[in-house]
Amino acid sequence: MKNKIKIKIKPFLAAVLRMVFLTGVSYIILHPLLTKFSSSLMTINDMFDDTVKWVPRTVTLQHYRDAWNLMNYPHAFRNSFTLTLTVSMLQLMSCTLVGYGLGRFKFKGGKIIFALVLFTLVVPPQMVMVPMYLTFRYFDIYGLLPPPGLNLLNSYWPFVLMSSTAVGLRNGLFIYIMRQFFRGMPKDLEDAAYVDGAGLFRTFLTIMLPGAVPGLVIVFLFAFVWQWNDYFYITLFIGGKTDFLTHALDNLALRAVEGRTDLLRNHYSSLITNTGMLMFIAPLLLLYAVMQRYFVESIERTGIIG
Amino acid sequence: MSFERRKVVAGYLFCLPFILGFVLFFLVSFVRTILFSFNELTLTPEGFSLTFVGLANYHYALNVHPSFPMDLLTEIGNLFMEVPLILAFSFFTALVLNQRFIGRLTARTILFLPVILAAGVIFRLEEKDMITQLSMGAAQPGLVFSGAALQNLLFSTRLPEALLNFVLTAVESIPEIIRASGIQVLIFLAGLQSIPRSIYEAADVEGATAWENFWLITLPMLSPLILTTVVYSIIDSFTSADNALVAMIRSTAFVGQGFGLSAAMSTVYFAAIFAILGLTIAVVSRWVFYHE
Repeated sequence: MKNKIKIKIKPFLAAVLRMVFLTGVSYIILHPLLTKFSSSLMTINDMFDDTVKWVPRTVTLQHYRDAWNLMNYPHAFRNSFTLTLTVSMLQLMSCTLVGYGLGRFKFKGGKIIFALVLFTLVVPPQMVMVPMYLTFRYFDIYGLLPPPGLNLLNSYWPFVLMSSTAVGLRNGLFIYIMRQFFRGMPKDLEDAAYVDGAGLFRTFLTIMLPGAVPGLVIVFLFAFVWQWNDYFYITLFIGGKTDFLTHALDNLALRAVEGRTDLLRNHYSSLITNTGMLMFIAPLLLLYAVMQRYFVESIERTGIIG
Repeated sequence: MSFERRKVVAGYLFCLPFILGFVLFFLVSFVRTILFSFNELTLTPEGFSLTFVGLANYHYALNVHPSFPMDLLTEIGNLFMEVPLILAFSFFTALVLNQRFIGRLTARTILFLPVILAAGVIFRLEEKDMITQLSMGAAQPGLVFSGAALQNLLFSTRLPEALLNFVLTAVESIPEIIRASGIQVLIFLAGLQSIPRSIYEAADVEGATAWENFWLITLPMLSPLILTTVVYSIIDSFTSADNALVAMIRSTAFVGQGFGLSAAMSTVYFAAIFAILGLTIAVVSRWVFYHE
């Protein structure tokens, strides 16, 4: 009898501990989001009201309207979205190609190329930013164009060129993921395609690629998220213009209090900034929600592991 | 052309985008950074001109600059503190998320959120934001625990002070650790899924306990991933934009004392990263177990 109880208590205790742990971690992760959400609906008076913690006394959508206008949201969103989608699609394509080449073919120098891929991952992008800046400021394809070359700054070209050649933000990681993924795929499938007379590229496109969809989803999601959040490259190549959501958000606090001298201006600016941050990450949350099931489940079958 | 030969050519062709990008953009920039670090760089209407100054930039960065050497050491110190914590947290979380229980999908969805939310701008804005700071007291378990009560309790145990400080800092940085662990949890979880079930079944037959299973199967099987995770965490911490040193390199180049000094700082910084990575890989790979 005693033994029976013991057996039942142990898993129960484990479940409770697990619950406590997961709830705690989830709370810490979700807390900033929840604070932002609840404060975005508050009036300034609620900020001073000690009885108001999460639920605002008077719900207002005014901050959303203000942030929308101050950030010029539709315009900034369109720019950010176009750039991010372009960059992530290009990176997805180039990194998949390279990953396939490294994962599926044996050739001289393959290992060296893979080592170089890892090398690009280790170098902080800030280390090479000045020469990168100069490369695109005086772009002459290393002597092919007459000096002083083309000024590619303030355009999408630096992003397009770097993404399509797989040296953009964290592209080393994407190549690594795709390489591991393709390496884990069965050889029989590929051989069968060759026996049936499919060419090397056709085999890649019609046989291997469909099997790699979970990997593609992860790489696309990462590429999209990191480009959307990117502040570094946009500032470097496009400058501090407010045309992109990152900069619009960065300037929001200042814009909100422009010309105001009253005592509440800092509170107002904070409310607007928090609302703006929510509006900034909303598209990412939406994307994550759409891909989440796929993403979370597919991890198990991906080759992220070595 | 034979099929094997065509496959070799195809291999190069698939890798061509990266080869081009590496040579044209990456390598050129990398070599130029090192070159710039020995020069003074001035912008001219047609481009830029270099004046050779020898090791002056390095001398300035290491001996004259008010904070660079100290910040570098602090950053490395933080790393030794942070990486073991990230490793432990992500390993444990992955073990938990790998179990079967109701609400597992929800838990995974929330715990991977940091991968999405690790945003540069948001991070910067939150640091100076009023609402975030006000709500932090309630949000950070660190601030609750590390209050006077915990400190007194800990110091009354008469354990070595260094250890106590480690514990206190660790507790304080819990939210930061969680935020930095998204990808690492993912790597470990994928690794756990890939351990063949048959090994555990065989162990069951032999009468192994869960405890033995963990130490003799799970841990050795995951040890290669521990190496991957350590390397990834180091890179992530060293290259993230909210790193103080990275910010300094950036501002030195564009608003500070110039490209040359910034390049010298970058080079020193990179050498440090490279040395630490090399050392870590050498140490950790000694006890990595490879199944195959």
